[in-house]
Amino acid sequence: MKKSVLFGALTVASLAAGAAAAGTLDDVKARGKLNCGVVTGLAGFGAPDANGEWKGFDVAICRAVAAAVLGDASAVEFVPTTGKTRFTALASGEIDLLARNTTWTFSRDVDLKFDFIGVNYYDGQGFLVPKELGVSSAKELDGATVCIQTGTTTELNLADFFRVNNISYEPVPIETNAEGQQQYLAGACDAYTTDASGLAATRAAFEDPSAHVILPEIISKEPLGPLVRHGDNNWGDVVRWTLNALITAEELGVTSTNVSEIASNTENPEIRRLLGTEGTLGEMLGLDNEWAKRAILAGGNYGEVFAQNIGETTPIGLARGLNAQWTDGGLLYAPPFR
Amino acid sequence: MTTLSDPPKQQFRLSMLLYDTRYRSATIQVLAMFGFMLLAAWLISNAAQNLAALGKPISFSFFTESASYDINQRLLEYDSRDTHLRAALIGLLNTLVVAVLGCITATIIGVFVGILRLSSNWLVARIMTVYVEIFRNVPVLLWIVFAMAILIESLPSPRDFRGEDPAATMDMFGTVAITNRGVYIPEPLFTNSLGNLHIFGDSSLRFDISLDLVAVLAVLAASIFAMRKVAARAARIQEETGVRPKTWYIQLGILFVPLLTLLVALGFYLGYPELKGFNFTGGTHLRNSLIALWLALSLYTAAFIAEIVRGGILAISHGQTEAAAALGLRSGRIMRLVVLPQAMRVIIPPMISNYLNLTKNSSLAIAVGYMDITGTLGGITMNQTGRELECVLLLMLVYLAISLCISSVMNWYNKRMKLVER
Amino acid sequence: MGDTHAETVTFVRDTMLPQQEPPLTTVGPIGWMRANLFSGVLNTILTLVSLAFIYYVLSGILPWVFQSVWNANSLTECREIMTATWGDTHGHACWGVIKDRWLQLLYGFYPPYPAYPDANFSAPPDGHWWPAYFRPNLTLILLILALLPVLFSGAPRKLLYLSAAYPFILPWLLWGGAIWVPLLVAAGFGIGYLAFVLISPRLGALSALIAAVVLPLLWWLFAVGPVSGALSSVLDIGIAPVQSRDFGGYMLAIVLGVVAIGCSLPLGVLMALGRQSDLMIVKYLCIGFIEFIRGVPLITLLFVASLLLNYFLPPGTNFDLILRVMIMMTLFAAAYMAEVVRGGLAALPKGQYEGADSLGLNYWQAQRLIIMPQALKISIPGIVSTFIGIFKDTTLVSIIGLFDVIGLASAIRADTAWNGIYWELFAFIGALFFVVCFTMSRYSMYLERKLQTGHR
Repeated sequence: MKKSVLFGALTVASLAAGAAAAGTLDDVKARGKLNCGVVTGLAGFGAPDANGEWKGFDVAICRAVAAAVLGDASAVEFVPTTGKTRFTALASGEIDLLARNTTWTFSRDVDLKFDFIGVNYYDGQGFLVPKELGVSSAKELDGATVCIQTGTTTELNLADFFRVNNISYEPVPIETNAEGQQQYLAGACDAYTTDASGLAATRAAFEDPSAHVILPEIISKEPLGPLVRHGDNNWGDVVRWTLNALITAEELGVTSTNVSEIASNTENPEIRRLLGTEGTLGEMLGLDNEWAKRAILAGGNYGEVFAQNIGETTPIGLARGLNAQWTDGGLLYAPPFR
Repeated sequence: MTTLSDPPKQQFRLSMLLYDTRYRSATIQVLAMFGFMLLAAWLISNAAQNLAALGKPISFSFFTESASYDINQRLLEYDSRDTHLRAALIGLLNTLVVAVLGCITATIIGVFVGILRLSSNWLVARIMTVYVEIFRNVPVLLWIVFAMAILIESLPSPRDFRGEDPAATMDMFGTVAITNRGVYIPEPLFTNSLGNLHIFGDSSLRFDISLDLVAVLAVLAASIFAMRKVAARAARIQEETGVRPKTWYIQLGILFVPLLTLLVALGFYLGYPELKGFNFTGGTHLRNSLIALWLALSLYTAAFIAEIVRGGILAISHGQTEAAAALGLRSGRIMRLVVLPQAMRVIIPPMISNYLNLTKNSSLAIAVGYMDITGTLGGITMNQTGRELECVLLLMLVYLAISLCISSVMNWYNKRMKLVER
Repeated sequence: MGDTHAETVTFVRDTMLPQQEPPLTTVGPIGWMRANLFSGVLNTILTLVSLAFIYYVLSGILPWVFQSVWNANSLTECREIMTATWGDTHGHACWGVIKDRWLQLLYGFYPPYPAYPDANFSAPPDGHWWPAYFRPNLTLILLILALLPVLFSGAPRKLLYLSAAYPFILPWLLWGGAIWVPLLVAAGFGIGYLAFVLISPRLGALSALIAAVVLPLLWWLFAVGPVSGALSSVLDIGIAPVQSRDFGGYMLAIVLGVVAIGCSLPLGVLMALGRQSDLMIVKYLCIGFIEFIRGVPLITLLFVASLLLNYFLPPGTNFDLILRVMIMMTLFAAAYMAEVVRGGLAALPKGQYEGADSLGLNYWQAQRLIIMPQALKISIPGIVSTFIGIFKDTTLVSIIGLFDVIGLASAIRADTAWNGIYWELFAFIGALFFVVCFTMSRYSMYLERKLQTGHR
């Protein structure tokens, strides 16, 4: 990499037609970096810190994939994308993987030609209202002004919800979560609606969180997951099973602190297969056998990632809820490693 | 003696295309055209290839699909079941509204500030200079965001109007509510309304024309026409006899009597905003996003216009002002009757480009959630349908059309104002 | 009637009255105030209203600015300190966010020590001698030095060599990499010049011109890559490369503005000439391009850069976003530049063109030796104001997801520590832009004044 990046890009780009025909996995390995599309800034899910280091729940997926494929959790180029640019960035090959709280919908999967490789967060759209309004259900919001973030599925859900319930509302579209928060706090809107996780994060940052309530209605299903381009199944498998490895690791009690120890002395065949001490699962993916171990070491298993970034001890303070393991009554149910 | 003979006929050779100045320009032009077409063909074939690879052939069929999102600020009736085309139309109208409003206020503020910058009052001139410099040298995007934040933070929310001892009350004798959701002003209503005229039936381009408004405008136009007739007659009499007959009461009568009669016949009254439920209802709601955008664009552009106006005034020779003063005109009249009309000629051309800039800057409306054409066609519609190519190209086309319209209108005006040289 | 005048009147003063002090009300501060602030009823009212306005604005802003918290690492901490000190949290700025993030706001994610990827600002690597952000700072200093001879006629002329070299220094310093690449790219211009000089006596000016364009293009496209690779393998001189993705903050605005204006200047001059040209097709192509670009908002062009440009390039090509944005901003600036230069061309008296013709100069010679030097000189104020416009417009890149100052402000507000902060960041950003734009607009005014006196 001693070439000038600028002139290199200029001269190479004009000649590079057709060079990207190889699989994404090979591309990533050849490049030595994973290009991962993330949000431009959403508390808990992805934001750069004072040193420019990206942190967050979605970011952790990028790091786990980079660790699994390249053996280095920091070999990630984070490409901030907006609601508008995210799909183009993925379709054009600018990024290899989009981990940016994107809802898995039919049209995105089928019409826009992407593959959602799983769900890393089960979310749903909710409403945040001040307690003093005395509203206890979203159906009482007739005539209310509702702040809503554009560029997502939320505005569609909102329109549907109010139409189905035959009540009127006034939508106030806003560009970023921070703006929505400001308008809501100033009373420019009666209710703020976005994914429930975002609402919890927003509420947690208020001066007085107890003065606001999240209404019980969840008006939509928002399975958020990482996605890749349609058609490159091998790469899709790598990302899908990296996510599954993190989920399975939590289920099996493998954490970033005990993974090395467990790998050497466990007798549990599934753990042995997962961590590569038995079988050749990694080779089947086109990786080595320690891939899952590295992914877990990168940021911990699913539970650790959750707890570090958005869990109850963080300012975001989200409960596991639907995102608990199936054994704990949640929806996380990773297919078996065999 | 040699006889003059025709110069030897030159045989046309291929190299003449390059070296003969008669042909060279044609050669260059053909080459340029060829190069341009080659470039265009290359771009189009690339696009075709890429789109084929993605499985997304160009198609505008999404326009007939249901948009399924709501738009708060709308001039025409619209709901989420309407098509994307109608959403784009609503957005276009919103763009035009803010552009027109912005141009008008920017001109007024700009002319005002431009004149005040030349004021003999040192403090006023300085304040105006500070205003111009601050607004010109900070990006308009920041001003838009700022304006919105100030409106939201400093104005009372509808909640504050509630209760026994409200923190805020309505202004103008309880007829206008200024809140951080926008300004609610009384709206004209009619008890015996003539109804609406539906045009284009159920299509996406349908719109209603209020017959009441048409009637009022028609009566007003007729009155003004009659007034001008009366004025013309008065002028004629003045020419003939030297005495101008008093007509002001006739004119006032012609202006107001038919209008008032019509309004009474229609049962005109004002609908006042009222706090009901979460919001004020009734009245016309000017939303904050519109006001913030309007304010920021006007103030920003006005700073540029002020400089243009100042330059225009300074360009008028001092002799004109002195001559006007010698005629006994007061300073306000000197400005209005002598200086400004002449300065207009210098002012108008740069003014055109500022109007264009304001219109183009209105595309930053998404920063405050004002649903203009960039927010609908280039925003939510593009997001939901995934048709970037179609949406962005169409968006550019729309802005291009608006720009061309503005510049042709202003150029026509400029031609009319031009000094006729003899 | 031989009487003298003195005899007909009873008293004539034969000494001068001593000069008196002017009345106190017409001189000094009071006189000045009477003349400039209270010269009439209307003016007095205006002055009083203005004073009230100033008081109102300052009484709102000053306490907020100065009764503020600097030492805090999060908004919550800020609020705690405010409550402890003043009893409430309103009306006080929390500048802690600027203290915490000012480097990020200025440089984005540009590595402070590019050669040491693990080092950050607070933990500098061992054994380094250069300060953090040495490369972008040096680039900025060199930029100012390179601009001096262009902007001020009094500056040493030798600096012009730096100005000529600067287009190659800037990308190399910012993006890094082997030193051979900028040298070889610069060599391309040498090749073009050589080709022109060598070919024109033999095959004529036009073929020489074509060769002077085509040869460097071939050199840049096909030779620079391999040759620089070969040279690097022999003698590896270079600095650590930096991805353009890491560019951000205020630096991004400056880089985008400078690159767009720098690249658009030659393009704009060509298009201005094309628009004035007698060649009909060339003229209409230029007019079409200029009017198209000027007719659409920059944001749509940025949408093109972020969403569409990849569609129009051969399949598989991948420019990074910042390069794509630079291309579109350059095209955007070029259209405006063309109009500025056209204004300069139009302002030249016709005699200059005729004079050039009468000397027997051909079109390009006339442009190069007579027309352009004068036209560009009159256009400098216009160019500067175009630059100010472009520079301010770089903030729009935040809308397509680049981390310029405004984009970073949003990202900072998304950080849990600073969630909910607002005015401080925008006040800081506004001040950054104001300082630079104000300086430039002052320069432009100075220049206009200078050019004006030259004419009279």
